[in-house]
Amino acid sequence: MAKITYIEHSGNAQTIEVTNGLTVMEGAVQNDIPGIDADCGGGMACATCHVYVTEEWFDKLPKKEDGEEDMLDMAFEPKKNSRLSCQIIVSDELDGLTVNTPSKQG
Amino acid sequence: MIKTDTLIIGAGPVGLFCVHQLGIIGLKSEVVDNLDKIGGQCIELYPDKPIYDIPAVPECTGEELTNNLIEQIKAFKTNFHLNERVEEIKKVDKKWITKTNKGTEFESLSIIIAAGVGSFEPRKFPTKEIDKYEGKQILYSIRDKTVFKDKTVCIFGGGDSALDWAIELSNTSKVILVHRRDDFRGMQASIDKAKQLKEEGKIEIYTKYQLESAQGKEKIESINIKHDDESIKEIKADYILGFFGLIMKLGPIAEWGLNLDKKTIPVNTESFETNKEGIFAIGDICSYPGKLKLILSGFHEGALAARGCFKYAKPDEKYRFEFTTSSKSVKDRLGVKE
Repeated sequence: MAKITYIEHSGNAQTIEVTNGLTVMEGAVQNDIPGIDADCGGGMACATCHVYVTEEWFDKLPKKEDGEEDMLDMAFEPKKNSRLSCQIIVSDELDGLTVNTPSKQG
Repeated sequence: MIKTDTLIIGAGPVGLFCVHQLGIIGLKSEVVDNLDKIGGQCIELYPDKPIYDIPAVPECTGEELTNNLIEQIKAFKTNFHLNERVEEIKKVDKKWITKTNKGTEFESLSIIIAAGVGSFEPRKFPTKEIDKYEGKQILYSIRDKTVFKDKTVCIFGGGDSALDWAIELSNTSKVILVHRRDDFRGMQASIDKAKQLKEEGKIEIYTKYQLESAQGKEKIESINIKHDDESIKEIKADYILGFFGLIMKLGPIAEWGLNLDKKTIPVNTESFETNKEGIFAIGDICSYPGKLKLILSGFHEGALAARGCFKYAKPDEKYRFEFTTSSKSVKDRLGVKE
């Protein structure tokens, strides 16, 4: 289990306990967190689960795999700390992770 | 006005198989899709990616699945209306009148919505202030490339569309290509060509830059692009083209008076009919307790929705269940020669 904090563009923050093995995207979708659409359902094919990872966490996460950066090209307002939340798998090590959702997904 | 038994909105795998299920019970259908090709997400998002959970097909790609489905419905000679988005539907007497953004009108006895997450639309620049120039100087697709002759064109994006147009337009226009990172994801040959044109001074390429703002009153005179290191560069351009791929939008479906649950349409699981009589929803866009967003579930939903359409198309006939292996009338419809 890890506590993941999702901060909406408006500043509204929600912290959810997410089971290990789920993705940060699934944690959001299953708990009705707004701001993450995940249109393709986690296939790394749509870039609508785009999040910004806070700086202290960005380097701690496992690196992006092939294809994620390509998809981020299509994300809405990508930045250096952009990730696709469907590619971040929750584990105990991610306890305390904070992600910001963009103003919209597209 | 095109008359048909059932209008299908969405030419993805679920819509395609539904053509089959309608066809074998003797119902005619027409299909509308906003994409320029048949196949929906399978063809737009993952044509080359393997799918492992189609029953009796251990592995196939999105493109192979689409091609097989097209083959399977060949006998029904279905009309596909591509590049068209359904805008309005209304009921007149017992018929549904449907109109697309291109003005095509359909009259059908039922409608099956198999629209996935909605229609594919171009992804736009995040910069709000430039929305008002869309279609004039800000473009997301090219209809007539001659308008760019002898003009300065600034192209944003790192995929094949951005690269191909940068290369193509460099023959007759001043081209500036801008991308958010150093790596391009297009075909290697296109990347090499673009770099070669840069060496030859035929195009300018700026990487690690994104659009920041636009200046001008009546029209855009120049744009600012911002580097990852926050530095700003001003570019004078006549046209600004963005190629960021496509995104799915529910669009006008939300305005048809259908019950909606988030971005999905609740249905009954007997016939997949919505709250509107004669309108059915199948595939990713429908929701019901236990719904799985699988292609195989969509096939099942389409089979039942097709039977649900039967009573609207042939109110005086009783639907009779038949197997394709043994029914002569089904085989006739499929064009099978014994």
